Amino acid sequence: MSQIHIKQGQIIDPANNINRIGDVYIADGKVVSVTHEPAGFKPTTVIDATNKIICPGFIDLSTRLREPGQSRKATFKSEAIAAASAGVTTMCLQPDTNPVIDTPAVAELIKELAEKAHYPQIYPIAALTRKLEGTELSSMLSLKQAGCIAVGNAQQSVKNLLILRRAMEYAASHDLLVMFRPNDYWLGNNGCAHEGAVATRYGLPSIPEEAETIALAQCLELVELTGCRMHFGQLSCKRSVIKIYQAKKYGLNVSADVAIHQLHLTENDMIPFDSSYHVLPPFRTEEDKQYLREGLASGTLNSICSDHQPHDIDAKLGAFPETEPGVSALETLLPLMLKLVEQGAISLQQGIAALSENPARVLHLNSGALTLGYAADVCVFDPELTWQVNAENWKSQGINTPFWGQEFKGRVTHTLQAGKIIYSLE
Amino acid sequence: MTENIQLNSEGKLKHFLSIEGLNKTLLTEILDIAESFIGMNDQQIKKVPLLRGKTIVNLFFENSTRTRTTFELAAKRLSADVLSMSIATSSTSKGESLLDTIRNLEAMFVDMFVVRHAISGAAHFIAQHTAPHISVINAGDGQHAHPTQAMLDMFTIRQVKQDFSNLRVAIIGDILHSRVARSQIQALNILGAAEVRVIAPKTLLPSHVESLGVNVSHDLTSGLKDIDVIIMLRLQKERMTSALLPSESEYFKCFGLTEAKLKIAKPDAIVMHPGPINRGVEIDSKVADGPQSVILKQVSNGIAIRMAIMAMAMQKQGAAG
Repeated sequence: MSQIHIKQGQIIDPANNINRIGDVYIADGKVVSVTHEPAGFKPTTVIDATNKIICPGFIDLSTRLREPGQSRKATFKSEAIAAASAGVTTMCLQPDTNPVIDTPAVAELIKELAEKAHYPQIYPIAALTRKLEGTELSSMLSLKQAGCIAVGNAQQSVKNLLILRRAMEYAASHDLLVMFRPNDYWLGNNGCAHEGAVATRYGLPSIPEEAETIALAQCLELVELTGCRMHFGQLSCKRSVIKIYQAKKYGLNVSADVAIHQLHLTENDMIPFDSSYHVLPPFRTEEDKQYLREGLASGTLNSICSDHQPHDIDAKLGAFPETEPGVSALETLLPLMLKLVEQGAISLQQGIAALSENPARVLHLNSGALTLGYAADVCVFDPELTWQVNAENWKSQGINTPFWGQEFKGRVTHTLQAGKIIYSLE
Repeated sequence: MTENIQLNSEGKLKHFLSIEGLNKTLLTEILDIAESFIGMNDQQIKKVPLLRGKTIVNLFFENSTRTRTTFELAAKRLSADVLSMSIATSSTSKGESLLDTIRNLEAMFVDMFVVRHAISGAAHFIAQHTAPHISVINAGDGQHAHPTQAMLDMFTIRQVKQDFSNLRVAIIGDILHSRVARSQIQALNILGAAEVRVIAPKTLLPSHVESLGVNVSHDLTSGLKDIDVIIMLRLQKERMTSALLPSESEYFKCFGLTEAKLKIAKPDAIVMHPGPINRGVEIDSKVADGPQSVILKQVSNGIAIRMAIMAMAMQKQGAAG
């Protein structure tokens, strides 16, 4: 029986309202005690967490690991290592794989790939509609039974509101969470940059924020009509935050997250035509960024996701509009969250909650906390340790990050998934 | 812009990708050098040996007769060896193939690429990825920039009006899709024009257009008041099918330049058009061929300005060995 003793760290466990120096005891994969040593505890491993922070492992609501279908970009193996090194212990997988996650067979394949990568806590999100085409419902119940944690639309718009209504009704019938990125297909107009001064200067096809806010407003109406439980992912602008705030106040059962890079970068940070800044939704204005930060601080947005999208080099090699969108983001998740704390946007407790307790709540998982009896998903990090984003440190197969070469403060030293040490910094 | 890849460490022109990031001194130098080439047009032997032994490849991923021809003539008059390639592309073609094309040509010891491409940023991309000794001239990329066209327009304006500081310039038409307009606006502002005004319906203006440093009008009649230079833009047929405009005839009624409307501008106003002209859509034939039109002058100036830019970009190369 493996017993792990994590010694003398600053325990921050927002779900249990713990913030103090202490020890965490793990046996048989579960948290057995926080602070007091259980009787007869004989640790097989001791982790010294002096001057470090012990917190629940991170739960990422939006990732892409590129398998099945695009193993040239990344594999479960490569990204499981990246996730473990980033303190991430649970990942939700967007359905836009190839083939799309719209049959139980694909969901089962994903479970298998996760086991083979020794990172079992990967939860597929099933496609809301068959092939994500927005025309027919997917077999949601079978997909749920095959292990899908929710249904979603990935980057695709559902153009037909009647189909969306029915999909939401059907999901609600089976108590399935719908994870949705609102984007009006027509207003989006195949753009690649925020509709603003920068896109205008560089002649880039642009996406107005209304592509997001109008789709969001429609969805909120449908949430009321259908009673569906809905989580909005990767919101990017001020008026989306306001809409979520109003909807919650009005009493709708909705939640929302923001991708970590949206809290740090704006259209003005983009180096002209540098494809590592090509993301969807696009980087918007300083005001939008501030609202997203405030939305996080006030709890309107309850979670931060990495929106991890590793790419091969060729995918980003071309004129900006022709390149593929997305950032390889797992490994900068923690340091960028800590930067928000350093800049005074949120407290450390809030940041950790947005990466653990809150996403667990969205997913109805018994996780994201150091609660006694829970599977021991734990992240130990040194908040002062600096490191550089470079080839030596980087684990993900995708090096597509606008932060390449930058120095960050805050590094994970140990990651435990269900009581198993899946990462320790050498 | 964090660094200007267009300039070498001494601030000399290496690539010519966009007007943005260049200063008044450099733009004026381009105009002055072009001026010195203009005289050559009347000579029996229209050649100088400035680029003898150099190889220039015109890479046109988008069709263009006039721009390609003037670049070709400019290169030949500088005594360079020039090869023009029209490469048909579809929207599905990816960066790999673009880069592969470049790499293949590089292997043939090319000194300069002149690039036209339908995607914004293509010329920047090539400049960033090509071998360090190769210069890249942007002959138009997507909706981003067409800096040689803008410079030949500046040259034409200076020929007639001498000085920019008192000039009010109106650019009329499809600003949204126009790389020419973006480059002209930047050049006019850098050269110190008194006012740049854009006149178009809202559907043909990009958002935050004011941030480019222009005043905005949606009415041609009031918008032409006090104007010294009128630049008409070409209207593409696709604008009607994508619901940006109802019809050509309605566009002409509102924004077409006729003799009557021309009278609203200053009496000595000049009329310009980057071509090709849609007669009866954006401009009336009587105006296009009339005494105030300098449209053909623009075309002949195109050769001198391109000679100047090519020679300058290559000069840095000669110095570097």
